[in-house]
Amino acid sequence: MTLFSSKWLKEELIRTVGIDIGSRTIKHVVMENSNLIGYSIADTGIDPLSNLHKLINNENLDHLVATGYGRYLAHIHLKCPVITEIKAYAVGANFLFPNCRTVLDIGGQDSKIIRVKDGKVEDFEMNDKCAAGTGKFLEVMATTLGFTIDEFSNAAAGSASAVSISSMCTVFAESEVVSLIARGEDRCSIALGLHQSILNRIIALVGRTGFEDEIVFGGGVAKNRCIVTLLEKRLRKRMNLPKEPQIVGAIGAALIADGCVT
Amino acid sequence: MPNHEKMWSELGMDVELHKELLQSIDNTFQQTVGDQKNRPEGIKYFDHVLHESHGERVAELIEARKDGRKFIGTFCIYVPEEIAMAADAIPVALCGGTQFSIPYGEKMFPRDICPLIKSTFGLALSKTCPYGPIKDLGVGETTCDAKKKAWDVVNFHVMEVPQKKGDLDFALWHQAVVDFKTRVEQLTGKKVEAERLSAAIKIMNEKRRALQKLNELRKHDPPPISGLDALVVMQAALNDEPVRFTEHLQKLNAELDERIRSGVSPFSKGVKRIMISGCPSVMGNWKVHSLIEKTGAAIVIDETCTGTRYFENLVEDGKRDINGQLSALAERYMKINCACFSPNNERMESIEKIINAYEVNGVLQYILQYCHGYNVEAIRVANVLKKRNMPNIKIVTDYAEEDIGQLRTRIDAFLEQVA
Repeated sequence: MTLFSSKWLKEELIRTVGIDIGSRTIKHVVMENSNLIGYSIADTGIDPLSNLHKLINNENLDHLVATGYGRYLAHIHLKCPVITEIKAYAVGANFLFPNCRTVLDIGGQDSKIIRVKDGKVEDFEMNDKCAAGTGKFLEVMATTLGFTIDEFSNAAAGSASAVSISSMCTVFAESEVVSLIARGEDRCSIALGLHQSILNRIIALVGRTGFEDEIVFGGGVAKNRCIVTLLEKRLRKRMNLPKEPQIVGAIGAALIADGCVT
Repeated sequence: MPNHEKMWSELGMDVELHKELLQSIDNTFQQTVGDQKNRPEGIKYFDHVLHESHGERVAELIEARKDGRKFIGTFCIYVPEEIAMAADAIPVALCGGTQFSIPYGEKMFPRDICPLIKSTFGLALSKTCPYGPIKDLGVGETTCDAKKKAWDVVNFHVMEVPQKKGDLDFALWHQAVVDFKTRVEQLTGKKVEAERLSAAIKIMNEKRRALQKLNELRKHDPPPISGLDALVVMQAALNDEPVRFTEHLQKLNAELDERIRSGVSPFSKGVKRIMISGCPSVMGNWKVHSLIEKTGAAIVIDETCTGTRYFENLVEDGKRDINGQLSALAERYMKINCACFSPNNERMESIEKIINAYEVNGVLQYILQYCHGYNVEAIRVANVLKKRNMPNIKIVTDYAEEDIGQLRTRIDAFLEQVA
């Protein structure tokens, strides 16, 4: 009797939802019995709550867990449990790459390195209040150089030379870039210089906890081909890149909603 | 609330700006301390002490000065209050814990020194501190470079706290204690006699015992009082008249005893037990304590200057002669394991003992920005904790609210690690 019921329980289809409310985008993931069946990504915007409602329209909220910067907003309005994006990324990355021991997550305004052991957070480091070296920095710099975010990374990846950028502060770096443009420097070289300066920031973060194979790189910045290449070269390690790097945290949240992972 | 505006105005303070300061502190207080559930009844007195720290307490000091008594402002728990009290002076700790005054402090002092110093001097520079105008003597010490040099700017009496713990260092500290006695005698014109000093030692030991008892009660699972409220008591300890403070604390302790018996607590049994280790959180600063406890964990002990370092170790109370008493005082104060010492093995030992005694599940090292002593010593502390597989995190922050979002994520993630 007991044996059967546990079998039946396993067969029962459980649909779980994970939402990751980041500073720039909201990620929404739906899973069924630990299989990813759908996801969507929307801008956080100035009204994250209504954007959130649009994403989860009429979804069954019984098995929903929220994470990310705006997790408490979801907690208050949807009465759902919350976890930090640090735990969510550890769980999500471990699900996608079972041998994962280190997770690098660089999002819109935060960068984090997480050491994972047996699927659990062992140690982590995170940037403090300054958003230097995150997606926001890349956005501002791309705009200053007149690139879209994709053109920006392509231009950097294709550039043979780099102008070194000394400022890490977004505001100072912007004025530095403006003066480099005024000096007639090639904007592709400036783009590569900016990517290298972000790389230095990431390397410093990685140095605070150290890393072990395998490394999973997630968050929006993992979509930047140039950063990935530079990082692999510098660390002499291959990065495991999820098909959609932005939804790792939402997957982690959905898995925790499933109850299979604690 | 009695109206103190006339008093503030007579002290030459900027009354309008001071109103804004009080409003800002009160807002912070309401969002943190005031936002808690199931507080003990007896905590109200300590709330009142904090609320009236610029009001009733100042009025009381003004009255005492009319009777010829002197008021001494101190900035470190290394200053032996007993000696000031024995010379009939009134010592009060004046450290600033509010973001509001920091921009004013930065007008004179460098931006890259700790918020405690900038806040303290910012209050004086913006004429929003009622203690400055009535202070007869400021007493500083040499526990960090920024403070040490600040005292030189404002012409305070400086007690030299040594940097090591050898015999020579103790001799130096002993002399600093003797010199302090001479200085307060000069100030008050009253001799520090054995009988008066003995009485002062008894008063302060009694106060420490009451604080020790409060913390003893926090060992219970669940603790009968929040860490934030225990911090309120500590902050009041640095401001209030000691005998009155002790009486009220004994009452609170009795209430907490009763709460334990009847199972009343702000937490449930099995709550995650967190220790704060590192820098002080002085009046106005409830930031990190509140963030931790809003997540549902309990702070069970503070290994800080607004915690164990203030009340652990009593002064040996058997000495009848003044020299013996001064040595006993020097010895007790020298046991404060400030991060200014190198090596500071005793602090590592003390941290391990506290973890065992309070059954701590996780340690948050709280570092005020630019406090190099505690920030660098955090490496050693982290190694001690790692050896025990104790979840730990180091938070470096100031009084500003701009990093609350990131701090919440880091603290929540740390608490997720705590089993």
